[in-house]
Amino acid sequence: MRWYWIDRFIEFESGRRAKAIKVISLAEEYLHDHFPSYPIIPHPLIIEGVAQTGGLLVAEYNAFEEKVVLAKISKAKFHGDAVPGDVLTYTADVEYIKKDGAMILGTVHRGEELFGHMELVFAHLQNGHENRTLYEPRMFLQMMRMLGAYRIGHAADGGPLIEPAGLSGR
Amino acid sequence: MPTQEEIFDKIRTALVDALGVDDDEVTPEATLVGDLGAESIDFLDIVFRLEKSFAISIPRGELFPEDVLTNAEYVKDGKLTDAGLAEVRKRMPFANLDEFAKNPVVQDFGNLLTVADMCRFVETKLKATNTD
Repeated sequence: MRWYWIDRFIEFESGRRAKAIKVISLAEEYLHDHFPSYPIIPHPLIIEGVAQTGGLLVAEYNAFEEKVVLAKISKAKFHGDAVPGDVLTYTADVEYIKKDGAMILGTVHRGEELFGHMELVFAHLQNGHENRTLYEPRMFLQMMRMLGAYRIGHAADGGPLIEPAGLSGR
Repeated sequence: MPTQEEIFDKIRTALVDALGVDDDEVTPEATLVGDLGAESIDFLDIVFRLEKSFAISIPRGELFPEDVLTNAEYVKDGKLTDAGLAEVRKRMPFANLDEFAKNPVVQDFGNLLTVADMCRFVETKLKATNTD
């Protein structure tokens, strides 16, 4: 299974906000175990989707130079269950991005309905972990391309979002 | 400059939000780790909230000098050396370290910081900001 829990960015404003959609399909294998004959996307996987939306937003702000990890889910509330056929919209708003990490306020909507909200804390790995290879920055870049961030995104100055120099190589 | 009560109220809100504890659990004597269950990553969250709430900047290691506790120069056999204690006292003038100094086991350090210490820390920061 590929660990992608969002399907496409529909908004990406560098350092400020990102919106992504997640289409839930009965073709996703885990739904047949959760639960047999009663498929519901587990809430932690929705949190992971919001974390991917927000994590890429934080990582892009620092040109993918920081090792951004989801450190803490301070708060998460859901108001129902999402099922195959639902389209969820994840919105990640930057509360702030600092040297040590970032905080994101996330919401989940199904259509106009507020389906869930959360606060996520991301850390920039330090104290000896900064040299650990968790992933290559290019992996994030490929994910950004595949999710369409550079097609629809905007830089902080309002211009088009561009790939960071030095991370090219299609 | 906010009053001590206003500082305490804002810190209580930050701790309730960051740690998911109840209002009445946040007393001046409560220790962040032992009584309120804070873990290391929570300090990042708490610092973020304090910075926002009080419009101050708290560089890493200022509230909790983790770099001293992991520095071989200051730690011997799991305890802070005299030099280590002196460094921590210098870095944390807002905390009462007298009890800890009797047997300065590094592992126990995390359980030292109380809500009252945090209030004094913020008060010091605010005074410094106001005189800048």
